[in-house]
Amino acid sequence: MAFPEPRPQAPQLPQHLLRTIDCQQGAVRAVRFNADGNYLLSCGSDKSLKLWSVSRGTPLKTYSGHGYEVLDADGSYDNSHLCSCSSDKTVILWDVATGQVTRKLRGHAGKVNCVQFNEEATIILSGSLDGTVRCWDTRSRRFEPIQVLDEARDSVSSLKVAQHELLTGSVDGRVRRYDLRMGQLHVDFISSPITCVCFSQDGQCTLSSSLDSTVRLLDKSTGEMLGEYSGHKMKGYKLDCCLSSKDTHVLSCSEDGHVYFWDLVEGSLSLKLPVGKAVVQSLSFHPTETCLLTAMEGRVQVWGAEPEDTEEDAVAT
Amino acid sequence: MASDSDSDEDFVTYGTPLEPLEEDEPLKKPVPLHEQTVKDEKGRYQRFHGAFTGGFSAGYFNTVGTKEGWAPSTFVSSRQQKVEKKHHARPEDFMDEEDFGEHGIAPREITTSQEFSSSRRDAAGEKARAVHAQAALIPGDTLLEELITPTRSSVGVELLKRMGWREGQGVGPRTKRKARRQQTDGAGGVYGAVLPPAGSEESEDEEEFAPENVTFAPKDVTPVDFNPRLGVQGLGYRGLDPGRALLGRAAPEHIDLFRPQSESRSRLFGDAQRGSRRGGVAGQAFGVGAMEDDDDEEVYHRDCMSRYDTELGGAEPGDGLYGWTAPQQYSRKTDKSKDASYLGKILEGFTLAQKPSQETTIFPPPSLPRDYRPVHRFRPSVEVLSLSGVSPALAEALRVSRGHMVKEEGGPQQGGRHQLDSSQRRALLGEDALQGPSSVLELLKPEDRERLLSLRNSSSSNLPTPKTQPPASHDALRWAGPAAVAAPVGGVAASSSSASGLQQEALTVWKGVQTSAQTFRPFEKNSSKQARYELYLNRLKQGDKDGLEQSLDPGMTEWERSRERDEFVRASILYRPTASSLSCRFTRAKDPEEDDGSVEVPRDQEGDVDDKQAAVNMKMFGKLTRETFEWYPDKLLCKRFNIPDPYPGCSLVGLPKVKRDKFSVFNFLTVPESRETTAPPKPADAGKRSRWDVSQQKEEEKKEKKEKEKDPLSQLLNDARKQTETKLGQSSPPASETPSVDEQKEKKDEEKEEEKEEEEEEEESRPPMDLFKAIFASSSDEKSSSSSEGESDGEAEDKDATEDRGKADTQPLSLFGIPTSIQQTAVVLPQNFTQEAKENQEEEFGPKLPPPSAALNRGGAVSVCSPRDEEKPNKRSRERKHKNKKQHKHKKDKKKKKKKKHKNKGKQQQKKSKKETDSSGEDSSEDSGEDSGEDAAQVSTQELLKRLKNVRSLESW
Repeated sequence: MAFPEPRPQAPQLPQHLLRTIDCQQGAVRAVRFNADGNYLLSCGSDKSLKLWSVSRGTPLKTYSGHGYEVLDADGSYDNSHLCSCSSDKTVILWDVATGQVTRKLRGHAGKVNCVQFNEEATIILSGSLDGTVRCWDTRSRRFEPIQVLDEARDSVSSLKVAQHELLTGSVDGRVRRYDLRMGQLHVDFISSPITCVCFSQDGQCTLSSSLDSTVRLLDKSTGEMLGEYSGHKMKGYKLDCCLSSKDTHVLSCSEDGHVYFWDLVEGSLSLKLPVGKAVVQSLSFHPTETCLLTAMEGRVQVWGAEPEDTEEDAVAT
Repeated sequence: MASDSDSDEDFVTYGTPLEPLEEDEPLKKPVPLHEQTVKDEKGRYQRFHGAFTGGFSAGYFNTVGTKEGWAPSTFVSSRQQKVEKKHHARPEDFMDEEDFGEHGIAPREITTSQEFSSSRRDAAGEKARAVHAQAALIPGDTLLEELITPTRSSVGVELLKRMGWREGQGVGPRTKRKARRQQTDGAGGVYGAVLPPAGSEESEDEEEFAPENVTFAPKDVTPVDFNPRLGVQGLGYRGLDPGRALLGRAAPEHIDLFRPQSESRSRLFGDAQRGSRRGGVAGQAFGVGAMEDDDDEEVYHRDCMSRYDTELGGAEPGDGLYGWTAPQQYSRKTDKSKDASYLGKILEGFTLAQKPSQETTIFPPPSLPRDYRPVHRFRPSVEVLSLSGVSPALAEALRVSRGHMVKEEGGPQQGGRHQLDSSQRRALLGEDALQGPSSVLELLKPEDRERLLSLRNSSSSNLPTPKTQPPASHDALRWAGPAAVAAPVGGVAASSSSASGLQQEALTVWKGVQTSAQTFRPFEKNSSKQARYELYLNRLKQGDKDGLEQSLDPGMTEWERSRERDEFVRASILYRPTASSLSCRFTRAKDPEEDDGSVEVPRDQEGDVDDKQAAVNMKMFGKLTRETFEWYPDKLLCKRFNIPDPYPGCSLVGLPKVKRDKFSVFNFLTVPESRETTAPPKPADAGKRSRWDVSQQKEEEKKEKKEKEKDPLSQLLNDARKQTETKLGQSSPPASETPSVDEQKEKKDEEKEEEKEEEEEEEESRPPMDLFKAIFASSSDEKSSSSSEGESDGEAEDKDATEDRGKADTQPLSLFGIPTSIQQTAVVLPQNFTQEAKENQEEEFGPKLPPPSAALNRGGAVSVCSPRDEEKPNKRSRERKHKNKKQHKHKKDKKKKKKKKHKNKGKQQQKKSKKETDSSGEDSSEDSGEDSGEDAAQVSTQELLKRLKNVRSLESW
């Protein structure tokens, strides 16, 4: 005798502010979860990269070594290394525990917008204003990139890696997907400058936000559009978008100080989360739980599904 | 033992006397029995045991345990101390130092390690060395050698062993016959005073047992040890054998128990030593020493004939058994038994031959004469005649025609009349040119001509190259490669295919060669021919395929023409320009200035953007917007991603590239035909389109306009402004007035230096058009941006007002420009931070980053974030005024920095632009009143253009 399946709960959205972290590092250019979601990385415009505990909001480590504002960061799967990129045209591989620079990779001709480890943290991929994506080897001591992907004709604003695929979004209005296994490059024309690209968690779709204030969900294999999400404002700034951890919602930053949540299937706006009055620059969704990080100006805010009364709120005000 | 020390007393003393007692000394205590112990060299007690090591116990009570008991070893391995691998315990592992000691059970001594000793002992080498050692002055000489030289079995030995050879055997086919004895009686052939080496090989008289079906390996050969003769002694002289002299015997020999006559064996068995065995020096020259005990021996040498060889070649070699150790009695065998062993196979009444039958002598082939060449020569004239029916004279002429290409000593006359063409002969004879058909063939009917051609084809294919030319010409032709030689002279038409190939080759060789200096003139003697040849070459250079036919003299006969055709083609290949022959060996250096006519572009070009744009507008994503290219990831990248290489064995990386002709950078920029009417025709490979392209396009447009208008930039700006205004529906802000006022202020405030600079600027304010062209024609993206900066600087220096106005207009759009951030409105900004922010904004492209301001002035709670306010420029400029005053110092520093940065750039044009940017920077920095301040002035030039372009491009999308 089997009980009927309980009715699936409506997916909860991280709409309760858990805490606000004042990063004290100028504007926070990007905020990222680490691989397991217990820590967060904030990239400051004062050249520093900081590691925080998400649950307590305490600073754990400051990584300084960049010559200019840090634009993006990523953590390796085993939390042993971090990589970050900066306007000083360098990519730095950090040792998490010691905070030392393991490798400083120079080669980009412009500021480096985005950086990403591959799955095994053997490669660092960095996309830059110079229109190239460079693949750096973390295993060898070579200081030249393994390969330079110079197909983009304008600044590479965002890139993501999933298994054997590399997704890049460029200001030339194209989303490029490099399939290493197949040896193919798929170019999707979006026409408006791309600010952020994402893979869906199931790896079947790509999400791209562009400067025409639209987020598009494309089928990965065919390039057909599965959904279009608009309503937010993304006109001039490089803002992030992402999918929720269960692929139920599409999230995007907005210049009007909100984070927009759309239902992925219906495409309807399900939540307009007010973050602040300034531009929500960056956001990051927890890899497994319903937890969201937003970065506005110098603060990082942690949002959860359930309200949680902590003293951090007092700090925020 | 009795000893009488004292003669006076007749005492008999037994035993050892005790030491005399000293009276003062106390009596020694006797050592009790239990304290009478044995200690080893380290002072440890050794218990008498009686079993091992001289009666003392080993280990702990003859066990491997300890006082605490025996503990099995535990496996401990750390990074610092790796445990050694012990797969199997050796007995040495359980031994202590006593055992390894001198009197232990496994004494350790210095031996040659495996590395330095040969892996396998080669007996033959040792034998040779032993022989050599005897000849050496010092007997132990070779021992030293053994210690030093690391001998290892060579590859040859290894191979032989694989093939079944074993050491001690000879090399060669196994012999069926009975192994021969070797008589190594050293007595033969030794001259002089030295006795033969006694120990080498004892002779054996016995016949060995040789069973049937047994083959023997041939006897091993003792390698001859050639040692150079260093002394002044004569041949065959051997020095005194020290071993013999001092010890009375030769080098230690090995005891052979199986040889009854062996000397050592007899010695073993106590036999009396045969022969004379004396110690000391012996020989004819040395007489009898005082120490010699047997004086009766013959001292003086007595020569006897038995010591000399009486027959040539000596006795049969072979001793042996080669490892076959048979009992003694079996070795006695007769011939009969040998016969009997073969009984089954021999016919009755026959016996086995004692001697093998004589081999048939093979006579060598006759020796060839020295000048013999193994080449068969045909008589071509006969066959050409018989086959084709062409007159023999013509065939001869054809055959020798190639002689033209070599130098002939005596001029054309010496070459014979056949080397002259008809016109030359005509000139020689002083005849007039004939009227009518030039060739006999033209008189023939077409079908006859066809038949003739086919006949000729068959004949020439049948015939090898006739070799009746002068050898010099043949040599010369050989250089032209096999293709040239392969073309038979007899059949011009027959070699049409190869000839056309040659022509093609000549074409490729000469095509594009621009050297006008003709270094080699192959037909110098014949000026008209040379002229025709040069004409042909010129046509080749131009890439004319039909150049050959056109350059030939139509007045000549067809035979002559075909001959000349051949000659020309060959000559052109033979004397190909050096440039081309060298160029195939060197790669051309990449010179950006040089237009070598080709450039690498991606093979797969993206399709039409307009179509895609239309699809995007209709939201028809999918096939229309998707393009897939072949892309080659780096091998290492695949490895790091843990995936197999999608293109194994392909060294290509990235998108496949192809060479394309390059005319100018503009060829690679797409021009949308719909809007651009004056655009140049779109080249085939132009598929790229990006923001940059659009900008280039605009530059082009601008250039065109420039020719018409005096002030193109302002015109452009006006255009852009109008467009933005119309598009956004925004009214032009009044900010345009402010800068002009500021400018006036600025002029007052300015110092003399700046005025000077201004003058310079005015001089340079209008660079010629060529400069722009030069800049744009050979520049990459970066360069073009910098050069556009230079250009616009040049243009815009005196038009600050327009510029600023334009900028103010474009700013509200704020797509890719400087973020009009509230940071600038902040009063309490840290100064260095603002600077950084500004620098950052200078190089801002693409989607910009949101302003960081609120983070800093949160106390002030300024929360304006939207950059769209209309009145912002004014407000900002006002704010800027105050700020600039404060930051005066910092800006100066920054200015210096800027200068340095610019110095690094090498190009003259950039220098110019540097000056201008510097001055503009100074303008703005010194002058606090200028609109939008420093960054505006610095960014203005390039940023402005870019923004304008972006505006346009966005419009178009």
